[in-house]
Amino acid sequence: MTTPVTTPAPAGVSSPPRLRRVKEHRPGRPRRSKLLTVLTSLVVLYTVVPLIWLVINATKTQAGLGSSNGLWFADDFALWENIRDTFTYGDGIFTRWLLNTLLYVVLGAGGATLLAVLGGYALAKFDFPGKRGVFATVIGAVAVPGTALAVPTFLMFSKMGLTDTPWAVILPSLVSPFGLYLMWVFASEAIPTELLEAARMDGAGEARTFFTVALPLLAPGIVTVLLFTSVATWNNYFLPLIMLKDPDWYPLTLGLSAWNSQAETVGGEVIFNLVITGSLLTILPLVVAFLFLQKYWQSGLAAGSVKE
Amino acid sequence: MTTLQPPAAAEPRPAPPPVRRDRRSWKGWGFIGPFAAVFALVFLAPIAYSVYLSLFRDQLIGGTTFVGLENYQQALKDELFWASLGRVALFLVIQVPIMLGIALLVALALDSGRLYGTNFFRITIFLPYAVPAVVATLMWGFMYGTKYGLVGDFNSAFGWSLPDPLSADLVLASIGNIVTWEFVGYNMLIFYAALRVVPHSLYEAAEIDGASQWRVITAIKLPAIRGALVIATIFSIIGSFQLFNEPSILRPLARNAITTDYTPNFYTYSLSFSGQQHNYSATVAIIMGLITMVVAYVVQLRGMRKGA
Repeated sequence: MTTPVTTPAPAGVSSPPRLRRVKEHRPGRPRRSKLLTVLTSLVVLYTVVPLIWLVINATKTQAGLGSSNGLWFADDFALWENIRDTFTYGDGIFTRWLLNTLLYVVLGAGGATLLAVLGGYALAKFDFPGKRGVFATVIGAVAVPGTALAVPTFLMFSKMGLTDTPWAVILPSLVSPFGLYLMWVFASEAIPTELLEAARMDGAGEARTFFTVALPLLAPGIVTVLLFTSVATWNNYFLPLIMLKDPDWYPLTLGLSAWNSQAETVGGEVIFNLVITGSLLTILPLVVAFLFLQKYWQSGLAAGSVKE
Repeated sequence: MTTLQPPAAAEPRPAPPPVRRDRRSWKGWGFIGPFAAVFALVFLAPIAYSVYLSLFRDQLIGGTTFVGLENYQQALKDELFWASLGRVALFLVIQVPIMLGIALLVALALDSGRLYGTNFFRITIFLPYAVPAVVATLMWGFMYGTKYGLVGDFNSAFGWSLPDPLSADLVLASIGNIVTWEFVGYNMLIFYAALRVVPHSLYEAAEIDGASQWRVITAIKLPAIRGALVIATIFSIIGSFQLFNEPSILRPLARNAITTDYTPNFYTYSLSFSGQQHNYSATVAIIMGLITMVVAYVVQLRGMRKGA
């Protein structure tokens, strides 16, 4: 950060501010505005109210859902029962879905990040035959809507006998053009080429150079890509919807949607309370991850936008 | 994203000066190879396969026959397809500007440094991004309910008669609201990250010139983040054209309003999985992919030309 050489007091500041206690690094820190804060709070209200609704309604029984106001608690507080029921309903299928989701995230998002890191490093630090071709193809492919791919991918996978297996979900998750782009930008900036040259001079092979020199420098970028690919995999719906028939392989998203539409089937038990509680349990891990890893993904995104 | 400018191809890359340019070797492939292989399997192969599929037709009599471009002719005359495209186009021109407008205003407010608790605002407005589309749609779907949902609660509590958000007239707007809720924070963060890297010397210069806040925004900030604005617009366009999750999950609540050909993506899905018309489905998907790419490309050209 730049050290403030001059700190011109913004217009309208009457008493000289306590200059000693300058915490902010930005020179000429403008005065805080209540009006602007209130206006922005409206947007916060918009984003947070549905989440509050979710938390409140996860405490209600199926009967309570219908009889109480959505933004306040019902008479009986059934959160713990709901959580227990969510995990035990249908022979504990929710746990199975949770484990499936974790499997898809670990292998899919983890693999996607690994491939993106390696590929981004190659694009940033190597000149190789066909590099332009790789670039053009990946860029072009980004604009291809997933729709155009989903059906043919399904048909192809079904010929290969991959549908209705975890691979059908994991394999397509392995490619993240956005992750590749982010890692390419990140690697170009975070790794000084001289450092790589020095390592090679010392006789380190390419793999060794990558693991000992490059990888540690890429850590913040890796966390960012990992977080965003994890969200994409965790939240994936369309792909598993197409690929999977067997509920035993469902991820959480597909499972919740199945529970929700169960109400419509003849004789199907209405379990909206479990749908709501299950939804809350589904989003908790991601919310927690985002809150705790703030520093990383925010700096990672910033890096991505530098090279607009 | 990189769709905007092919940096490696067009610009001189910020690579080391041509001291030892004999680095051009196949070594880079060792790193990009794994990505390229999976990319070819889950991106390129399905595209090629869908082009192949679109040239055939599966008939009860005669089996699969080569029909050339007949499927395309059929699609171009298909009213269901055009109606679905019209719906997402309408969605696009209304929802995207609203969402990006709010995101931009919030980003500018955060960047102005005039808010109390900037950090709190940034993270809470971003949070819905961590919520899967499935959960977001289930949540809003419950809230939209006129009987047991929030809309019903408001009606009975205040004696209002709010219109049914899931009626045929309003359901597109209701979907737009869900999508806005999901992505407003994500776009805000992209804009905010871009604003953060605007050199402060520009602001200082403006301050010396006595420029107003408004002037600083229009003359410095907006031009500086043009790239981010174009990226966000293109992503939103692609997202709108691919609309599927929200309408398909809302459908059980609004059977009459949301048909199985509500959006192009929904249409290809239904064609393929309920209708078994794989060839025709692939054709519609390809046409949709081409339209998306053309629109994204035009936006990119226009967005960038203004800057030049």
